[in-house]
Amino acid sequence: MTTLKLSYRAAVLSRAAAAVFGGYALSAAVAAGVGLLLADAGMRRADAVLAATMFAFLAHAIAALWAFGCASARRAWLGIGLPALLLGAIAWAMGGSVA
Amino acid sequence: MRADGKPEGLRQSMAWLHTWSGLLLGWLLYAVFFTGTLSYFLDEITGWMKPELHASVPARLAPERAVERMAQLAPDAATWTLTLPGDRMTAIQASWRDKGAAQGRAGTKRAELDAATGEVIVPRETRGGSFLYRFHFELYAMPRVWGRWIVGIATMVMFVAIISGVITHKKIFTDFFTFRPRKGQRSWLDAHNATAVLALPFHVVITFSGLLLLMATLMPWGVDAVYKGDTQAYFAERRGAPAAPAPRAGGRDAVATAGTAVPLAPIAPMLAQARAQWPAHGVGSIVVQQPGTPRATVELREEGGRSLVNRGAGERMLFDGVSGERRDAPAPAAVSATSAVYNVLTAPHLGRFAGPALRWLLFLAGVVGTTMAATGMVLWVVKRLPERQKRGHTPRGHRLVEVLNVASIAGLSIATAAYFWSNRGLPVELAQRADWEIRCFFIAWALCGLHAVLRPHRSAWREQLGLAALMFALLPVLNPLTGGAGLARSIAQGQWSVAGFDLAMLVLAALHGCAAFRLRTPPRAQARPSPARPAPMGRSGSAALAAQPQAQEQSP
Repeated sequence: MTTLKLSYRAAVLSRAAAAVFGGYALSAAVAAGVGLLLADAGMRRADAVLAATMFAFLAHAIAALWAFGCASARRAWLGIGLPALLLGAIAWAMGGSVA
Repeated sequence: MRADGKPEGLRQSMAWLHTWSGLLLGWLLYAVFFTGTLSYFLDEITGWMKPELHASVPARLAPERAVERMAQLAPDAATWTLTLPGDRMTAIQASWRDKGAAQGRAGTKRAELDAATGEVIVPRETRGGSFLYRFHFELYAMPRVWGRWIVGIATMVMFVAIISGVITHKKIFTDFFTFRPRKGQRSWLDAHNATAVLALPFHVVITFSGLLLLMATLMPWGVDAVYKGDTQAYFAERRGAPAAPAPRAGGRDAVATAGTAVPLAPIAPMLAQARAQWPAHGVGSIVVQQPGTPRATVELREEGGRSLVNRGAGERMLFDGVSGERRDAPAPAAVSATSAVYNVLTAPHLGRFAGPALRWLLFLAGVVGTTMAATGMVLWVVKRLPERQKRGHTPRGHRLVEVLNVASIAGLSIATAAYFWSNRGLPVELAQRADWEIRCFFIAWALCGLHAVLRPHRSAWREQLGLAALMFALLPVLNPLTGGAGLARSIAQGQWSVAGFDLAMLVLAALHGCAAFRLRTPPRAQARPSPARPAPMGRSGSAALAAQPQAQEQSP
């Protein structure tokens, strides 16, 4: 264990943080953003929320796999952070328009 | 995730993720899987832990007596609900709400009635199977929300571990038919693979639905965004239109008629109609709205439904409570596609629709999943034995994993058995009796942890598994000695919920005893990395399964 380099440990920690916190942020953005989009597209509100939440859990799992499967810690953050920001922005923009 | 930073394939990184995510939360997940699997028999466990109820025999069921009893017990109640005993209970569960009582659980009063006479039975104070059930998603002695978050995080990790485990397996189908017994590490790997793949659809569904069931805690952001945080509105819309448009509440009516109770129409003809309509399932429960008033209604609900899509909600029949005439029951709300998906995923987790055979199948799938978690954690230790031999000593981390494995796997069995023993051992009149039963569970578990620290690894496994076997085996003996219906009586009287518990304890005793027996001799030439041998192909899945008790056999 002592032979492991500090940079390796930092990278593992960074990826784990991307998987746990980045993944949760992404899934929250999916739940809110996709939920609003589906409701806007005419789905019953309750169904929109339910469907979006199911997608959200899947998104978190996929994000966690990506965080450890991609080539570098930086890519882990980019791959999770960008879609999270995009969906978060959609949710924020649509927040006022749905009754 | 190579330490030297060289690029690596997807499969290697997924194997790394699988190993570490599985180990870190494996102990908690094992406990969740174990107690959750037992919870498929929640009612049966609770029934066994109230031996006073064993005197009630469902075969002599007389709902008329129970309805008469309710008129004495709760003449002024707004509703009566009588859950009739079936395969899973021996007594009638009665509950009622007084007029103006608080919403939800707080305003509900309960009693247990003898199925034949309608007499009230006062059982001992116990949490019964509810403790194990609640523990499996809320843990214990912490705010519920914390417990749900901890279990929810572990569930997500499990979900990730399952997916990464599948990616790790290039030969997922072949591996399933491979079991190489008595080969140390390889046997553990095969056992882990076989248990994982055998019930893979079950594992995926149970894990994902576990997340969905904790949705309100873990992922409130959809409701937050779409409903502006109005959770009540969301749940109301999820339920669809109000299910039973109960005749308008009769606060005024009730006052007017107080003292001049209107007798309820005889219930036997209603039951006969219902049985004719639902020959397979029969009546599961009777709900009387506004009993004793001119507006009384009687609703009969079918015992368990057939469809996963509506989560096994049965049909209903509605009768006028005074004239006894049948009324039009409200049509069941249509199930939307999204709700159907949700229901199909969560129904096996909740097991509400399941009859006895399917319930046992779900239970066995849970046992397979529990075994998968256990073999995975043991595999982590076994896989590192060569490394340990090379170093010439046991690293502290390895020892910690060993201790936690024994305590969380064998120790939990002992704690559960101790919980059942304390149910019969503690005096009935003891204050805070239900809490003491739970304390016995945790005290036994803590002692197992201590024992695992003090004893050598192999001895710790053997002694704890042996003790667990003994404790489980003696429960069916203890049962008739402490007021319950013993196996001979419960089988003769057709009380299968009670008999099933005793029989399940014997099965558990056999499994634990088998594992302990295999550990009696010291290990043969230990887990030397032997040259790869071609795996014997074409073994049947049942052979892999049959080898499972043996999976617990070789521990280092």
